[in-house]
Amino acid sequence: MAHGPAKGITRWLYTTNHKDIGSMYLWFSFAMFFLGGIFALVIRAELFQPGLQIVEPNFFNQMTTMHGLVMVFGAVMPAFVGLANWMIPMQIGAPDMALPRMNNWSFWILPFAFAMLSSTLFMDGGAPNFGWTFYAPLSTTYAPPSVTFFIFAIHIMGASSIMGAINIIATIVNMRAPGMTYMKMPLFVWTWLITAFLLIAVMPVLAGVVTMMLMDIHFGTSFFDAAGGGDPVLFQHVFWFFGHPEVYIMILPAFGIVSAIIPTFARKPLFGYASMVYATAAIAFLSFVVWAHHMFTVGLPIAGELFFMWATMLIAVPTGVKVFNWVATMFKGAMTFETPMLFSIAFVILFTIGGFSGLMLAIAPADFQYHDTYFVVAHFHYVLVPGAIFSITAGVYYWLPKWCGNMYNETMGKLHFWLAFIGLNVTFFPMHFSGLAGMPRRIPDYNMMFADWNMISSVGAFLFGAAQVLFLYNVIATIIGGKKATDEVWENPEGLEWTVPSPAPYHTFETPPEYK
Amino acid sequence: MKWLPENPNTRLTVKLTAIVSFMFVFAIFIMPPLYDAFCEITGLNGKTGTKYEAVDAVVDTSREIKVQFVATNNEGMPWQFGPEVKTVTVHPGEQTRINYRVKNTTGKDMIGQAIPSLTPYKASSYFHKTECFCFNQQALLAGTEAELPMFFIIDQDLPEYIKTVTLSYTLFDVTDRFSKDELLSMVVTDQ
Repeated sequence: MAHGPAKGITRWLYTTNHKDIGSMYLWFSFAMFFLGGIFALVIRAELFQPGLQIVEPNFFNQMTTMHGLVMVFGAVMPAFVGLANWMIPMQIGAPDMALPRMNNWSFWILPFAFAMLSSTLFMDGGAPNFGWTFYAPLSTTYAPPSVTFFIFAIHIMGASSIMGAINIIATIVNMRAPGMTYMKMPLFVWTWLITAFLLIAVMPVLAGVVTMMLMDIHFGTSFFDAAGGGDPVLFQHVFWFFGHPEVYIMILPAFGIVSAIIPTFARKPLFGYASMVYATAAIAFLSFVVWAHHMFTVGLPIAGELFFMWATMLIAVPTGVKVFNWVATMFKGAMTFETPMLFSIAFVILFTIGGFSGLMLAIAPADFQYHDTYFVVAHFHYVLVPGAIFSITAGVYYWLPKWCGNMYNETMGKLHFWLAFIGLNVTFFPMHFSGLAGMPRRIPDYNMMFADWNMISSVGAFLFGAAQVLFLYNVIATIIGGKKATDEVWENPEGLEWTVPSPAPYHTFETPPEYK
Repeated sequence: MKWLPENPNTRLTVKLTAIVSFMFVFAIFIMPPLYDAFCEITGLNGKTGTKYEAVDAVVDTSREIKVQFVATNNEGMPWQFGPEVKTVTVHPGEQTRINYRVKNTTGKDMIGQAIPSLTPYKASSYFHKTECFCFNQQALLAGTEAELPMFFIIDQDLPEYIKTVTLSYTLFDVTDRFSKDELLSMVVTDQ
């Protein structure tokens, strides 16, 4: 079995190797990150000044929609699946994923889904323009004709995610090295196991809601059409029943990555391992009973408003446990500040800020003022950009030397961090203020009174975008050459992945390691 | 379970796929009826029920309830549509008839569908209709008009604190959902 990868393009087309597939997922995600980033920069360029300068309002709406869809389903989710493919088998001492052929398939349908979604930009009537939450009837009665392509693209992405999730669960449940009990698994593995169950529970609901849209549009049903006895509010309930667990799908693996990195650079074991596991499970459970906090203004009964308000606030408890544990891990540690650690510390601080604005939004009576303003935009970008994106970036810097055998350029890594950190805060912090002052989201033009904050946001956005080009350059330069990495890469890092040579051979752990 | 495959990975895949299938079915076939049932019990989306069979009951002359009628045309619906009286005062338990007038002002035959919504929503389950034009669609030939009757009874059990209820109808254009023959069979005239 000591053969290496096949030659040429078929290596990538036919591969069942978890490392190849992991790399493809990560590159795909990187490409989508830049595509979604370009859409975001179109938005920020238009919003640089009040008035309409660059794009038509309808195209602006297509940009906000496509930016959201591409970033959520194309950048963040595939990046986590890519990291799972690379790291889970190596962290649990398995030779590969449990279902390697399905693994190949779940990756290779993704480019088709996104080719289809992107092609809507060139269709008559344009791309979907109803926001990434595609509320009916905007996405049914008033949708552009391309909505059908959007629906099928979502179906394919959902199928890919579900297959990825099944694969990850089967790998973790069945293929752990002897001696690795559940409570000894690395936290990245734990958080991914829980995430995979969330995916299995809610991606079919997403598929269901777009299927109902498809039926309403083409087959005369009236799920969401009041004229036929349906109810548009039902759409929001079904969508957010998917949508809220979805936001935890995009953050739980991030918790796992940060929980791996902080102990390494604090040179202390993770504080409160068991409480981390239980907190993750508690967050996952609560994610199913808070969906209507996205809909406080639709006319919920007072009992509903109160229930969803308290349930949402309850999530702050397990999240607080996690933040406490990360801080306690760093406390009195012999800390050094390499690039992965910088991104992880920024994650802890900025994600907590995003969590606090989430608590403000959870207050039902106050939400009536914040709803659909830039305050919401500021909130979810603070949890997604320094949350998901920073943790993925940290994970890439942390494990890249293991993947390709070369050290990345530390100076350039730190420069990337500081540009991204400053760019992010300059972009999103002013949105809190424009939002509280009343600026609505998803508008191409705005009142003069918001002009200053928007100009600052736009400058920050271009800075953040430029920082990511540096990241791309650094990754490519590291793969091509650079200082050789040791097998351990870092100083006494914990985990089975550091016991294999750097770069990790094409096949690892063909005989399971003994784990004590 | 014996019938499951032996390979542990395949076994697990079968079980997980079963969960996936269940959740898909749950989203399409269970959530919407569940939502409807929930709304009907709580009256949450202001939907009033279907045809009510009147029962012999005493008219509660000690209470007076003000009932207001509102009419709205959904976007793109050109008909003239409105109640003949805007407000009536009724006793709980007594059957009342009110009329809406509707006129097809266009040059083509069309079908409309009125969708009711009641506020406060707590009153929805106490507002009974023994007959209502909203139970069916209305077809009107080009330029014609009609009187649309609605018979309602307010339940004697309507909570004490509710003094006024507002019934709103939104008229939708549903011409595209039916064929020409169906349209002709649905044409309404003054009753």
